[in-house]
Amino acid sequence: MAELLVYGIVFGSIIALGSIGLSLIFGILRFANFAHGDMMTAGAYVALFLVSGFFNWLGIPDSNLGPLSFGWRMVIAIPISMIAIGMLAIFLDHILYQPLRKKRSSNVLLAMAALGASFMIQMVVLILWGADSLFYRPGVLRPALELPFEIKIRPDQLFIIVIVFLSIIVLHLFLKYTQMGKAMRATADHPELARITGIDTRRIIRWTWGIGGAMAALGGILYGIDVQLHPGMGWGFLLPLFAATILGGIGNLVGALIGALVMGVVQQISTAFLLPTYKPAVEFLIMILILLLRPQGIFGGRS
Amino acid sequence: MELGGIIAYLTSLAILAGIYAVFTLGLNIQWGYTGLFNIGIAGFFCIGAYTSALITTPMPSGVYAQYVRQLFGWNFPFVFGIIGSALVCGFIAFLVGIPTLKLREDYLAITTIGIAETIRLIFNNEPWLANGPRGLMGLPQPFQDLIDPRYYHYLYLIIVLMILMIIYLAIERAIRSPWGRVLRAIREDEISTEMSGKNVFFFKMQSLVIGSMIMGIGGALYAHYTKAISPDVFTPLYGTFIIWVMLMVGGSGNNKGAILGAFVTWGIWIGSKFLTDLLPHTLKARAPYIRFLLIGILLEIILVYRPQGLLGEEKKVSKMIDEEGQRGH
Repeated sequence: MAELLVYGIVFGSIIALGSIGLSLIFGILRFANFAHGDMMTAGAYVALFLVSGFFNWLGIPDSNLGPLSFGWRMVIAIPISMIAIGMLAIFLDHILYQPLRKKRSSNVLLAMAALGASFMIQMVVLILWGADSLFYRPGVLRPALELPFEIKIRPDQLFIIVIVFLSIIVLHLFLKYTQMGKAMRATADHPELARITGIDTRRIIRWTWGIGGAMAALGGILYGIDVQLHPGMGWGFLLPLFAATILGGIGNLVGALIGALVMGVVQQISTAFLLPTYKPAVEFLIMILILLLRPQGIFGGRS
Repeated sequence: MELGGIIAYLTSLAILAGIYAVFTLGLNIQWGYTGLFNIGIAGFFCIGAYTSALITTPMPSGVYAQYVRQLFGWNFPFVFGIIGSALVCGFIAFLVGIPTLKLREDYLAITTIGIAETIRLIFNNEPWLANGPRGLMGLPQPFQDLIDPRYYHYLYLIIVLMILMIIYLAIERAIRSPWGRVLRAIREDEISTEMSGKNVFFFKMQSLVIGSMIMGIGGALYAHYTKAISPDVFTPLYGTFIIWVMLMVGGSGNNKGAILGAFVTWGIWIGSKFLTDLLPHTLKARAPYIRFLLIGILLEIILVYRPQGLLGEEKKVSKMIDEEGQRGH
């Protein structure tokens, strides 16, 4: 059980990278970004292209970093992929969501455009990489570390937890202390008032997409390191992502983090009683419970 | 291909387009008239198909029973399959509506995704229900003994078009009634509708349930056309996404548009196959993905440049009002 708890925290922290971005976008742009899971997929595959294609061609050596299952190539690939997906998100906003906002389309139409973008990203991944599951590095798994309480954990998984919490602290400091971060929070609280105060909302929107996209890419890559890459993985992330966001309260970033950890732990623990393939159904059930009992989320947020 | 082959091919296309048109009509009630964002059509598609299959097939017996397991098999006629599919889908929609219809529209959307995924998981993992991932085969077809199997698809096309017509006329009638105008009022402004003394939740529920019942009928029609179903048929792409594109292309809020959109989009989808056939051999395996990418681009172009679709919404839905929107005498 303790082991399932730890695996749940690993998956939950990966989901947190997505749900925080999703909650940020939900809070500032006020629509459900159904393409968020697929931005995670795209990030994972861009890193795959770099690690096993481009860097190979460049001749960058690829020996493992200590006990981890990946090397310097991945360390370089992660920031590049994050920037790439951040730019992809800004590009999608430019060609899809911004024209719709200009026409004062309803938020549901924006969500539908996002759904379209979700399928398009999935199709591009399928065209370029095919439908099979892929790994960053095929081969044997690294030996697991033995922790107290009979918890076995792979070094990669420890790395994932550390990276996620570091990046969340960085994001927190950014939102709390920088000019841009403060402006983003103000826009999330009250967009019209923020505009009147002279905040350039278009710039805020670009930053929101950039940050959301970059964090999603990191989440996708970490999932790829932990499990595998699959074109449909982003679609599968949608339920835990939204459940975590709703659980934490829309626009509430700390809530999104805790929501994601709760989702990760609950769905892992459920595998002790149910077939693991039923994880999405468990996530769905939790979401229904939240909607029935406390639709504004545990920590409150925008209704 | 000689002429007979071409006609047979076109007939099969028309049958599928007609079945998809049933779905777009159901979605049009939910989205086009009431503004309900259902992106779990595949779930209702799946439930509709399986319900009818279970109702119309006999319980497997003898050697066959060792290979095929199903919850029940009533061996009832096709009509009962259609009715059963509609009822079960309506009930599921009712359950989905309870937690979601009082909340903002995104919650319905994400819940319907969840229900569609869960339904597919259940059919995949519970072999006692409907034979698990292998699915059910040998579904009966209505009036199949009356006609030479070679010409059966013409008869099935007529059946599909007749059911489509009945649904179309029924919806047209309902939408032009006070009931239909309440739905459109909810879509435009929920709060004012509530203030006019209408129970918004109750009307939304009716719209969700009726739309989903129609989707159930669509699922049943599909099952008896292909005669074999398995859970992997009801993917978000074929079961949900393409139906949304059809409605948006044709024009949401317009039943003729919904039907037109189904036929036009299905035509584009099939036509794109001829384009990808020109691709070099290495890319051919991935041709369906390229075609779906094109369909996705089509949706985005429609959303940004022509959100009303081909036909656009009919503004006038009461015979009491003349063309200028004035009250008649």
